[in-house]
Amino acid sequence: MSVPDFGFYIICGVAAVALAIQAIAHPTAFIQISIFGIADGAMYALVALGYTMVYGIIELINFAHGDVFTMGAYIGTAILGFFAVNENSFTTINLVALLLVFPVVMLIMGAINIGIERIAYRPLRNAPRLAPLITAIGMSFVLEGVMFLWHGPATVHVPDLLPHGPGFQTTIGGVFIGFKDVFVVVTAVVLVTLLAIFINRTRLGKAMRATAQDRDAAQLMGIDINRTIAATFFIGALLAGAGGMIWGLYYNNIFYNLGFRTGLVAFTSAVLGGIGNIPGAAIGGLLIGLISAYSDYYIGSKWTEVVIFGILIGILVFKPTGLLGMRVPEK
Amino acid sequence: MNSAGSKPRSLRARLNLRTLVRGRDARIYAVLLLIALAFPMVAMFATGSTALISQAGHAGTFVLLAIGLNVVVGFAGLLDLGYAAFFAIGAYTYALFASSQLGSSPLHHSYHLPFWLMIFVGMFVAAAAGVILGFPTLRLRGDYLAIVTLGFGEIVPQLSYNLPQWTGGINAIGGIDQPSLPAWITGPWAGANGISIIQGATCRVIGSAKSFAPCFSFGFDPIAYYVLVLIMIIAAVVLVGNLYRSRLGRAWMAIREDEVAAAAMGINTVTTKLLAFAIGASFSGFAGAYYGASIGLVSPDDFLFIVSITVLVMVVLGGMGSITGVIVGALAIYFVLNTFLPSLPPTVESLANTVGLGSLNASNGDWPGLAQETQRINFLVYGLILVLMMLLRPQGIFPSRVREQEFKHAAVQEDEAAIEAAHSS
Repeated sequence: MSVPDFGFYIICGVAAVALAIQAIAHPTAFIQISIFGIADGAMYALVALGYTMVYGIIELINFAHGDVFTMGAYIGTAILGFFAVNENSFTTINLVALLLVFPVVMLIMGAINIGIERIAYRPLRNAPRLAPLITAIGMSFVLEGVMFLWHGPATVHVPDLLPHGPGFQTTIGGVFIGFKDVFVVVTAVVLVTLLAIFINRTRLGKAMRATAQDRDAAQLMGIDINRTIAATFFIGALLAGAGGMIWGLYYNNIFYNLGFRTGLVAFTSAVLGGIGNIPGAAIGGLLIGLISAYSDYYIGSKWTEVVIFGILIGILVFKPTGLLGMRVPEK
Repeated sequence: MNSAGSKPRSLRARLNLRTLVRGRDARIYAVLLLIALAFPMVAMFATGSTALISQAGHAGTFVLLAIGLNVVVGFAGLLDLGYAAFFAIGAYTYALFASSQLGSSPLHHSYHLPFWLMIFVGMFVAAAAGVILGFPTLRLRGDYLAIVTLGFGEIVPQLSYNLPQWTGGINAIGGIDQPSLPAWITGPWAGANGISIIQGATCRVIGSAKSFAPCFSFGFDPIAYYVLVLIMIIAAVVLVGNLYRSRLGRAWMAIREDEVAAAAMGINTVTTKLLAFAIGASFSGFAGAYYGASIGLVSPDDFLFIVSITVLVMVVLGGMGSITGVIVGALAIYFVLNTFLPSLPPTVESLANTVGLGSLNASNGDWPGLAQETQRINFLVYGLILVLMMLLRPQGIFPSRVREQEFKHAAVQEDEAAIEAAHSS
């Protein structure tokens, strides 16, 4: 065991012991915070998957991804505007709207992300490394600009159409669980499972894994690189769009630069799990959601950002491959 | 036969290009210097106020930052996404030790150290922060440094928000001391034409909070700061230019091009990268101390992620590795952000009035009014400018001559490969 690894385990151990003491002293509060953390973490995981997939395949930190997430929520809200949804009780219209809005938003965001890749990244594939990074930042500003132009700086209300209220919540031993929490986690788990099946079982998934491993060799084997990369962006945006929609339905408030902070946190999750590693991103997202919930409650919410980015730095210093990542040789 | 004929010609062309480009840099320096010297006079004549000069002094901060980041990103090829954090460290170092802030902190004692000392202390503190952050991370792959600096850049402003007893938090540190010179330095510039350099001012005696002596204070005079920042930029350009041509500069470029090969040639890659990172950070500390003194107020809002990105964009758009390029890039982006975009809404409004669409100017229901709507478009325009500039000129406005050759070389290789492919098929 090397010295840096040792330092990492000591820090993790101290944090775990401190949390365990809290958990034993006040179990109800601890479990309650954990549930909020898991719900948040499920949403971070959906966004983190897009970061990790894109990074895995073209080694680009896709700064626009957080804004794709927010854009999903904005477009979803616009679509919900066409339905006479009822915010007070769960009607059939709500169910229809809910079943319709997810696929539509996901497909629209997928198409938008393919467009972004086509315009801003593909022409720069052989340019210096920094060039696509700058266009990614530019695309992030463009997306934020579009949302700012659309609704201005104020927060936008997302209809609260998920079942909520006394009939749809339960208290087990003092711990409150709402239908929304369950909905968020179940949706995220279903989407991540579908993604895992897609990546591991389909031809396109295999092509993606091959391209991520060695682009030139994959091309020599007859894989259409451009199509594979476009598909990666498409799938990343499907998940981000769904994540944005879930976020909107869970918190009922969105704003134009929501994606900036969420994107950074999701990116931290991807790094925590091992960047380029798909199960890693899902687990990283869940962990970051839990950690930020604990930090909000036990340390104070103003320190959460410091904690999260401190973890980011700590991980890279002590365990640069992340939790599940493998050692990548220098290319 | 064809290839034998074309080879010397392309070599000749390359040599010609090299002399041409070398001349180009000298010409750009000359033009920039002339503009810098003429600018205050022209601005005073044309507008009668020092507002433009004060803006130019502010732009100078960004030129300094871009020159510093160019060492990290352009020379050594390390991606730094948290450069504003070092800027903040420099600015806070000056602000804390040159204002009454520490008097209300748990230390209960305020310090008023002179600017001329603190500017170098700021440099060293920022460089030290760079070393502390860089040492564990520079052993890793290139991208990890970007991510670590990104995290660091988020943490530093957050810390200054969260520790109000030390940094003033959201209220910022105000009342920062202005630079001052001994009283006997009063040139012909002092007191002329309404220039507001305070003559016969009194300044704190070094090391004493209570005794004062006559001095020559910069006050809030934009021209004094303009001259100061110009001198700092010239010093920075000379320093960085010499570094670029030194053994260390060549080592940086070797690492940028191929780290494994550079290590095989006997370059200590960790130390060399650490030096680039620390030297880049030190320029930012330098700029931070100047910024604190010239604005008189240091607030965490001035050091957010957007600042790091702006400086990075200046470097990349100007042309990584080229000193003239990043200066021009910094000025261009500063102009777009601080002059062009803010001037859009009134221009559009008056244009609408001229063409008979004045009714669009009033706000109406969901429509916030044309000026407001144009202001909202700023983000979008900035983003589009970034994307378009990168697509049209990924090597930057004035790329360094070495890098330009690399681009040409790569293009030639691609052409040759294409010709070969065409022949073989």
